[in-house]
Formats: sequence, C-alpha cells, structure tokens
Amino acid sequence: MSDITTLSVPGIAEGLRTRVFSSVDVARAHVEKIEKENPALNAFLEVFDDTLEQAKNADALLAKQGSDAHPLLGVPIATKDNILIEGKRASAASKMLENHVATYDATVIKKLRACGAVFIGRTNMDEFAMGSSTEHSAFGPTRNPYDTERVPGGSSGGSAAAVAANLVPVALGSETCGSIRQPASLCGLVGLKPTYGAVSRSGLIAMGSSLDQIGPLGRTVADVEVVYNALRGHDILDSTTLPDRNDERKRVPKTIGIPRAFVKDATREAQQSFEISLKKLSNAGYDIMDIDFPSAPYGLAAYYIVMPAEVSTNLARLDGTRYGFHAEGAILLDEYKKSRSGGFGAETKRRIMLGTHVLSSGYYDSYYRRATALRGLLAKDLTAAFQKVSYIATPTTPDAAFKIGSKGDPLSMYLEDIFAAPANLTGIPAITVPSERIEKEGKKLPIGIQFMSPKRTEDTLFAIGKDLMGEN
Amino acid sequence: MVISLDEVKKLAELSRLELSGDELEKMRGDMDSIIAYVDTLQKVTLPNVPEESVYFDEVNVMREDGEPHAPGVFSEKLLSQAPRREGAYLKVKKILG
Repeated sequence: MSDITTLSVPGIAEGLRTRVFSSVDVARAHVEKIEKENPALNAFLEVFDDTLEQAKNADALLAKQGSDAHPLLGVPIATKDNILIEGKRASAASKMLENHVATYDATVIKKLRACGAVFIGRTNMDEFAMGSSTEHSAFGPTRNPYDTERVPGGSSGGSAAAVAANLVPVALGSETCGSIRQPASLCGLVGLKPTYGAVSRSGLIAMGSSLDQIGPLGRTVADVEVVYNALRGHDILDSTTLPDRNDERKRVPKTIGIPRAFVKDATREAQQSFEISLKKLSNAGYDIMDIDFPSAPYGLAAYYIVMPAEVSTNLARLDGTRYGFHAEGAILLDEYKKSRSGGFGAETKRRIMLGTHVLSSGYYDSYYRRATALRGLLAKDLTAAFQKVSYIATPTTPDAAFKIGSKGDPLSMYLEDIFAAPANLTGIPAITVPSERIEKEGKKLPIGIQFMSPKRTEDTLFAIGKDLMGEN
Repeated sequence: MVISLDEVKKLAELSRLELSGDELEKMRGDMDSIIAYVDTLQKVTLPNVPEESVYFDEVNVMREDGEPHAPGVFSEKLLSQAPRREGAYLKVKKILG
C-alpha cells in the first residue's frame, strides 16, 4: 500500500470506498506523521484528541451511505486557529485568546462536519491573521518544509506548512490580503481566495470585515475545488454572503491579461518563473496579452488604511472583561489597558494604533475616503480589463520564501502582499498554483502564479489551474 | 517625520493600550514609515466617484426581527469564558477612579 499521507482527496476517497484502508487508518497515518514532523515545523498548535473517534464515526457513516457519501468523508482537514470549532480552543495564535474555548461551530465547520470530514487539529498563524510569515504567532514561528531556515508565509502559514509536508491533505486558511495565496505560493501549494461573500465568515475571528474570506489550501487544484464546493453558499448567519444561484459552468475564452508595469514589482527570478508558466499556458492554447491596470500598484497602500481601520474596530471588543486574557487594575479603564497590552503582540498593537490614527477626527478625507475611492478605481480598472480578457495573471508573491527574522521592518513585510491586494479590495476571486521553482542557496524553492477572474467565476480559475498543472 | 511622540501617546490612550517608553519610540518610527508609504495614495488622481462605488453590485441585507431563541439558552456557555463573573453577570471593577 502506498503512503496514505501522499494521497490527494480523490485518492483517499477511492481507498475508503474500495476498502484498501479505513478512515481510522487515514487519520492514524496523518496523526503519526504530525507527531514525528511537527516539532521541527510548528505547523500545528494542537492535534485534537478526538481525531480517531471522529474517524470511527466517518467509517460508520461510510458503511451506511456507501456511494452517496461525500468525497470529503473521512478526509482529515486542518483548520486555521481563527476558525471556531465548538468545545475546542481557538486562540488566533494570540496570548489574548490562549485559553479561549469556542462556544459554537463556524458555518464552514458545520458544513464540513455534515460531509463527514475529520478535524485533525488547529494550525499556527500570525496573531489575529496579521502578518506574512507566521513569525507574529504568540506560540513561535512555523517553518517552511522546503527549507526550515525560511518562513512558510502567512498568515495561514501553519496550514500551508502542514499541507506541504503531507501532515494533512487539505487545510482551511483565511485571507484579508494574501493570507492564503502568499503561504500557498511559498509552500508550493494551490490556494484559493474565494469571491467576497461566497463563503460564510460566521465563526471566523474577524480581522478586516470588508475583506475577510475563508478558503482552502491543497496540493492539487481538484482538492481545493472539492473543499471550496463544500464550503460555499448563502448563510443567514453572515449577511454578506451572496444569494445561492446555480453558477453556470460556461466556457470562457482562453485569454490572459498581464499588467506588465505591476509585474515589475517582483524580483527578476520571480518574473522569470512567471514567464515560464505563461509559456506553458500559451502552449496549452491560451492567448496572452498585455493589459493596463494603472491603479494596481496603489492597492496595498489603500489596504493599509482600510484594514487597520477595521482591525481597530473589530479588536476593540477584546478588553479582558467578557472573554480572553485578563489583567487586574485599580479601575475598569486600567483593566482594559492592562489586559489589551498584555494580551496583544507588537504587530497587533501597531495595526490597532494605525487604525486609530486613520480614523481620527480630521483625517477621514485624506485617508479612509481616498482608500475607499481607490477601491472603486480598482474595480473600474478590473471591469475594463475583464471586457478584454478572462483572466489577469501576476506572480503571487514578489519572491520565494525569505529567511526567518529577515523582515524585521514592518513595511518590508507588508510589501509581500503587493500582488494580493487588488483581489481582496474588490472582492474578486483569485487562485495561486505552483509556478517554476527558484533556486536560492542551492535549494529549489516554490513560488506561485496567481490568476484573478470576475466575481463568482471560481470554476474558470479551477479550469486554468488544472490546465497549468496538467490535472485533467 | 509625519507623526510625533506626543501623537503616538495620544493614539495609545485612544486605543486603550499601555506602551513603555521604548515601545512608544519604536512605535513612532514604525508608524512613521508606514504612514509615509500609505501617503503615496495622496499622489493618485482619483475620479469623482461616489465612495461606495466598490460595492456597486452588493446590497444591504435586511430582514424582519423574529424567531427569537428562548432566553438564557446560550448564557452559561458564553459566561463560561468570562474571566470574572457573579451568577449570570460579568463582574467588573468600578468605572470611576
């Protein structure tokens, strides 16, 4: 029997149905691998103690449902530590919520539970999903399986490292700006940022509410697709979810637009890798043309207004009174301050303060209004571009993984997400798939190519991803 | 320098954070470079579009109030996470010094 931990979701589903192995075998194989390899990677913050029990239930369900069983039945899934599972800790990798036990299931968890998926553990992340390296976790950095001196990206770095190291076949991450795509790029994975509103955020610890989305990371496009299809749909508990509709699976012209001026923000090696993938797509029948996307380079600056504003608002509720870290003080105001100062890490404090600054009286016109207007401009540029092409492609990240500790200056870390910002700010979906690897200090490191498409056209993103990866 | 130490102190107060002298100084430097970056937006000529235009294809979702759950069914679960409580109440320090 081949090593179960190398199997894709359809591979596991087939093995379960042909009784080559059971869900318990699948869960045990992954848990054993985690026990062996997680100490060096720090991808998982916790492996759930009821994993085998969940797998037993999955086996019972499979016996009952047979061929009607969902493809995710018995498949282990790792969840980012900001997604609530009732009765389990959900800390958002913060000291603030270190001992916080979720009081309800996130909608995505309910949906996956109904499929019979097995929740194997919660993965490390940058505190409250703020960062691009997982170094801002209160529980130590995660390491990149391709080179443990380097970061796996972030903020969903634990999920990415876990999938890349075969500790789990698929994982959930979340994005506010690049937090699924950037670690997927740096760990050689497929990662999807769905259309804003495609997937419910009920039970996701909020960071930037006009931007946040949950999405899957996997080793193949098909794996990411099956998880996405299980997650999506309207939810009465999240008023921003889009109404259900039968998305037509229509064929789109195989045309890709390249915003050349924007792509120049990547390193020379990253641009070379990008060109190799474009060449493959051209050989696969895609027409590649240059397009204008003049507002794109300003997206990240607008993001660093909108996001901190929303962060300072969303995190105001954490004051040591209702739940989370609590510190004693003489009066209530002291307790708020001491609890927040003791519970939050440096990056979180920085973003709360930035948000407080941009929302200060008198600054509205120069910051928030301009950032919102820029979002409108990005949307307008995209509408014009999508009249000419079906896809817009860029490198997913400016470069491959960097060394742990090498981006101490916050701004240099922020620039990791330069290519991610347009999709988050306008709500369109984007997928990253592995591109040609880049050699650094004798190691071949992964980097991704990303494709953006109009809202609610995830199907076309899966199609181009499969064409590039030869998954058909 | 786009932001002064006094402004950073004021922002910490508004954010309900206590920062040490070193933290304040580091925060001032970090915020200075981030704000300078964000200020590149000031150079862009923005069209005179209504500011909500990014949401042009989305609508506010409204619904009637209704189907309330029975009172108290979630209270114990939620209160179990409270750092300090007294019966069904959260317990806090006095508000005024």
